[in-house]
Amino acid sequence: MVEEIGTTVEGDVLINVGPQHPATHGVLNLLLTINGETIKKVEPHLGFIHRSIEKMCESLTYRQFIYVTSRMDYLSAHINNHACALVVEKGLQVEIPSRAKVIRVLMDELTRIASHELWWGAMAMDLGAFTPFFHAFRERESINDIMEETCGARLTMNYIVPGGVMYDLHPDFQKRVKDFITLYKLKIHEYDEMVTGNIIFQNRMKGVGYLSAEDAISYGCTGPTARGSGVSCDIRKLYPYEVYDQLDFDEILETGCDSFARYMVRIREMNQSIRIIEQLIDTIPEGDFQAKTKAVLKLPKGEFYQRVETARGEFGVYIVSEGGNTPYRIKFRSPGFSNLSALDQMARGSKLGDLVAMMGTLDLVIPDIDR
Amino acid sequence: MLSFSDISKFIDSWLRDIFNPTWTMVIEMMIAGVCVIGLFAVLGLVLVLMERKVAAWIQIRLGPNRVGPKGMLQSLADTVKLLVKEGMTPDGADKFLFNFAPFIAMMVAMLLMAPIAFAKDFQLWDMNIGVLYFSAISSIMVISILMAGWASNNKYSLMGAMRSGAQIVSYELSAGLSILAIVVLSGSLNLNDIILSQADGWWIFKGHIPVIISFIIFIIAVTAETNRAPFDLAEAESELTAGFHTEYSGMKFALFFLAEYINVFIVCAIGATLFLGGWMPFHIGHWDAFNHVMDYIPSSVWFFGKTFFLIFLIMWFRWTFPRLRIDQLLNLEWRFLLPISMFNILLVTLMAILGWHF
Repeated sequence: MVEEIGTTVEGDVLINVGPQHPATHGVLNLLLTINGETIKKVEPHLGFIHRSIEKMCESLTYRQFIYVTSRMDYLSAHINNHACALVVEKGLQVEIPSRAKVIRVLMDELTRIASHELWWGAMAMDLGAFTPFFHAFRERESINDIMEETCGARLTMNYIVPGGVMYDLHPDFQKRVKDFITLYKLKIHEYDEMVTGNIIFQNRMKGVGYLSAEDAISYGCTGPTARGSGVSCDIRKLYPYEVYDQLDFDEILETGCDSFARYMVRIREMNQSIRIIEQLIDTIPEGDFQAKTKAVLKLPKGEFYQRVETARGEFGVYIVSEGGNTPYRIKFRSPGFSNLSALDQMARGSKLGDLVAMMGTLDLVIPDIDR
Repeated sequence: MLSFSDISKFIDSWLRDIFNPTWTMVIEMMIAGVCVIGLFAVLGLVLVLMERKVAAWIQIRLGPNRVGPKGMLQSLADTVKLLVKEGMTPDGADKFLFNFAPFIAMMVAMLLMAPIAFAKDFQLWDMNIGVLYFSAISSIMVISILMAGWASNNKYSLMGAMRSGAQIVSYELSAGLSILAIVVLSGSLNLNDIILSQADGWWIFKGHIPVIISFIIFIIAVTAETNRAPFDLAEAESELTAGFHTEYSGMKFALFFLAEYINVFIVCAIGATLFLGGWMPFHIGHWDAFNHVMDYIPSSVWFFGKTFFLIFLIMWFRWTFPRLRIDQLLNLEWRFLLPISMFNILLVTLMAILGWHF
């Protein structure tokens, strides 16, 4: 067998990156065909962390299944919960209080910043620089503290429920968020000094991992991966939900199509998230934080779909309801899966070291891809 | 004032009183061997701890602080752990080469200790080709890495070894050329003579800009030669898990690890000797009073101070820069460093002939 010998007929070497490998950030297996250092083919093999979440959701009620989705893309658990809550509300046709809407958006944007912080540190680590990881965690830690105070958890918050949010905000919330914004603005220049402006870093990123706009669309890439190729796909702008249509923020587009463009999209997106938070933090409306809903939720017969913009791209929830208190079929459209599929196209012909950099810029979260 | 040379002279004369010259030599060689092994172990412990503390300082954390006062015994505890750990040999490995490779790494590191002048008149082997010896022996290091990578029967190890081979062979050139600049200026390959030629000022101050350029090139080249970040492509943990020592465990791994740190010490010691005057105190031309005050600081303090400053510099690189790609690494050497150092050596030669240096 070809794989046992470890070489192909043409004499290229087959090499398994993962499932246990520092660069894959989880249990992903990439079967590489390489010629020396040059990559000829990348074959992602999935299924190492498959937990059949979609099937599990079919036996959970509409209140329960939201908590499982926190375990998919654990770095943007809030936004996953948000999508699920939105689709249930769409089915029930519940109007949620404006306070809950604003709280949800605030939490989403905080999550987005936290996720991008972690991505920034981990990507620098992929390139061999360890120090940024610790600096990124310093800022991320204060977001986690805010989450802990209000939601009672730091990673899988489970804060958003159908009809609103689970609890009201912690009294210190506004102060803590403002403190965080001050800290962030004080420290963000370190990111540019340490990584963005570094000549070695720029040489590693520029012109590497080219993904044209056509390819990005045909592979179904979304989020910063597609916006780095100049494809406008920000769900917050195109299909606004909650209060995003009333907010003043920019959709970040870069036209470099390379790793550096994807990097810059995320860095600039963090600033936009700060902008959104600044607009909302002083004007959180008073009132209820949760709409009155029935104890047992039953969606009417039909199909419901809702998409949101997570830190990684477009996340969609599709529910087929037969009218019972559990979904008949549920399907998640996760951004990581489509983004990963473009890796082969991007990596062909580049060096092994660049593959790691490209995977870094795709910002893969494996439990999101495998579910 | 008690100095290292007084101690060594005292031991020498004491031995000569008791034994005949042949036996004296044999016993002195054994003492020197024990000293080198002792220094090897102590330096390993100190440098590993220093690396972790420097890393912690740069990464806004505390670093080891549990074992011993301020965590000073941490690396000792790590060594004990590595000693009692099983040293596994993979099934498909070439057993002889696999087990032999770490020892070559260590032997090279130990051999390189020979020409270094640790203090005034305190040197293991004052040979007249000291600089040449350093360049020659340090290239043997690549053999142990290639051997380890090949014998491990692991694709990651092999790729790490191949990268390391290309890298060390390339960077040897500019390291050699930058050393040559000092040889041209001082007119000697003997490390002791080179130090004595800096009695009225270190070469980095006396030699104008060309020597500063060769100093910078030397630091870059030896960082690459010792496989330290940002040139740690042979290990590249995010790409090749652990590169050439992926399959090594226990003490066999520890020998590679120690050899890396000893090599860092040695290249920094050589750099300090050539450019910063080795054990020579900081002297300024004919300011005799100032020079006299500086002479009161023991020569070993000067030597270790300069060496550890350079080591800190190299550690600082490691914790700040991302890693280069293999083609960028070779481009940097063949397109930039080598032409610059070749042109630079011409400038230095011109300067030495015309006597433009101080």
